[in-house]
Amino acid sequence: MVQFLAQTFVNGINVGALYGLAAVGLSLIFGVMRILNVAHGEFLMVGGYIGFWLFKLYGVDPFMGLPLVGIFLFLIGIVFYKVVFSRVAKFHEEVKLKNSLLIAFGLYLIFPQIAMVLWTADERAISPKYSGQAFDLLGVRFGYVPLWGVCVAIVIVLAMYLFLNKTYFGKSLRGTAESWKAAKLSGINIEWTFMITFGLGISLAGIAGVLIGLTQELTPVMGMPWTLKALIVVVLAGMGSIVGAFVVGLVLGIVEAVSAIFMGPYTIAIGLLIFLVILMLRPQGLFGRA
Amino acid sequence: MPYNWKRVSIFGGIIALSALLPLFTTRSDILTWSCLTLQYILLSQSWNIIAGCAGQVNLGHAAFFGLGALTTRYFWLGGLPFPIALLSGAVIATLFALLIGIPAFRLRGIYFVIGTLVLAEILKVVIDTRFPVASVLPAEILATYSLVPRYYLNLMGAVLAMISVYFISHSKLGLGMMAIREDEDAAKTSGVGILQYKLIAFAISTFLAGFAGGIFAFYMVAIQPGYVFSPVWTFDPVVIVYIGGIGTLIGPVIGSVFFVLLKQWLSLHLPGGLHLAVFGVLFILVVLYMPDGFIEAIRRYGKIITFGEKPPMQGG
Repeated sequence: MVQFLAQTFVNGINVGALYGLAAVGLSLIFGVMRILNVAHGEFLMVGGYIGFWLFKLYGVDPFMGLPLVGIFLFLIGIVFYKVVFSRVAKFHEEVKLKNSLLIAFGLYLIFPQIAMVLWTADERAISPKYSGQAFDLLGVRFGYVPLWGVCVAIVIVLAMYLFLNKTYFGKSLRGTAESWKAAKLSGINIEWTFMITFGLGISLAGIAGVLIGLTQELTPVMGMPWTLKALIVVVLAGMGSIVGAFVVGLVLGIVEAVSAIFMGPYTIAIGLLIFLVILMLRPQGLFGRA
Repeated sequence: MPYNWKRVSIFGGIIALSALLPLFTTRSDILTWSCLTLQYILLSQSWNIIAGCAGQVNLGHAAFFGLGALTTRYFWLGGLPFPIALLSGAVIATLFALLIGIPAFRLRGIYFVIGTLVLAEILKVVIDTRFPVASVLPAEILATYSLVPRYYLNLMGAVLAMISVYFISHSKLGLGMMAIREDEDAAKTSGVGILQYKLIAFAISTFLAGFAGGIFAFYMVAIQPGYVFSPVWTFDPVVIVYIGGIGTLIGPVIGSVFFVLLKQWLSLHLPGGLHLAVFGVLFILVVLYMPDGFIEAIRRYGKIITFGEKPPMQGG
């Protein structure tokens, strides 16, 4: 029984790290730009499929391919920022939120259909030779791939944290999050900051997508469920908190894994319901300011 | 506010003409498209009331459409007369809306959007798990299945929706809703009962959505219960309302006609679901460059012809 619980716990962490990673990108974009990108899961899907292509067509090891996917998605993010989101970035906050939400919603209509054409509706998975391997520790099974996934996620989140808090550009980014007008008056290049932030957020989504492709399956319609997961984590953690988002992601993964034992197929519904209740009791988020 | 009799008579004329349609043609493709268009007018107007008039962007509209559809279907096939089943579907959707409305309207702006999105997802997961089997019409109903009564039912629904929006936009109720849409705090200070007005808007909107669902349940030969809860039933009306012109009476009608025609044409010429992608692009373009929808473009064009006469008030 203890072993079973420990195993569930480990499985939960494996999934939760992915929730966290997906949420960090969303949180970054929301925190700095006040753009709610409900197409976040779509970019995550694209990242996963790019990883799948790299592995399948060119034999690139998925973990080695991560930086490639990251850079590629960063560029995609910049293009999408320039073409669509830059047009709403400087509106008044409420208008900006609403319009960016609607635009992202439009992207959500587009992406799965294109993916359906490019990669068909079949479930795909990135399965290198070592994907099924695992080792036992005190009777608990640790898969190499999920373990590496968790490590990669932790490294990336720590790197993001250090980048935001220790570098000059990170500080300018946080300054922009506080108030883009004040940041602009202090001589920060807002357009540049917005662009890089958006690229970074999308790039994190793409990397999460590859890790998801390694442990679960990729489908053209996976975007919205992952967007919802990331949204839940971000709202619970308080918009814009990077480390908070990752921790809440881990907790959500564990809670889901444990409740799956008791709730079976209703797990997702229960998780969403709990989220809804918390949202209603604390509309500004668990750690948000009133 | 005085009623615009010219408009009312044009509207009446269009209804009369539409009512005569099945006399002129029995082509099932024309009837099917007309049914679809009318159904989308009803569904998009229902979304227009909560989002366009009251400014609460509800991305969980599918939940109410689905509740109406499922309730009507099971009551109807369970032996109740159809009109009663249809009404109970709409009423159950409304009751559910009132039940969740009180806590949901604690959420403002973006949180309301997220909350409703999540709500629809919860219902979909539960229904998918609870009702995995498709519901197919029994043979005795199939034997007498005809598009004509479905057409009239859809026409009735669309007219009901148009009248609702017309009366809302010409009443104190509508003014209150629009005040909330423009500035909630200012509306509150001016003595508008925020929660009360939002709930009324939500109730009317979801009643019509449930009604649309019920008609759909009558129309479809086979229904997968999870399907009527799928996000499509939120997204189609959202796209239609924005393309046509949000917060207007005629916008959703223009949007629905355009949507159905273009969808039919695109699905003939494009593989798979690519027409959805086209609507996505169109939707983004409208949000970016034409935030008041096609109707605003038409008005502007009309203004050029009439040399700068002021366009009519929005919502009228």
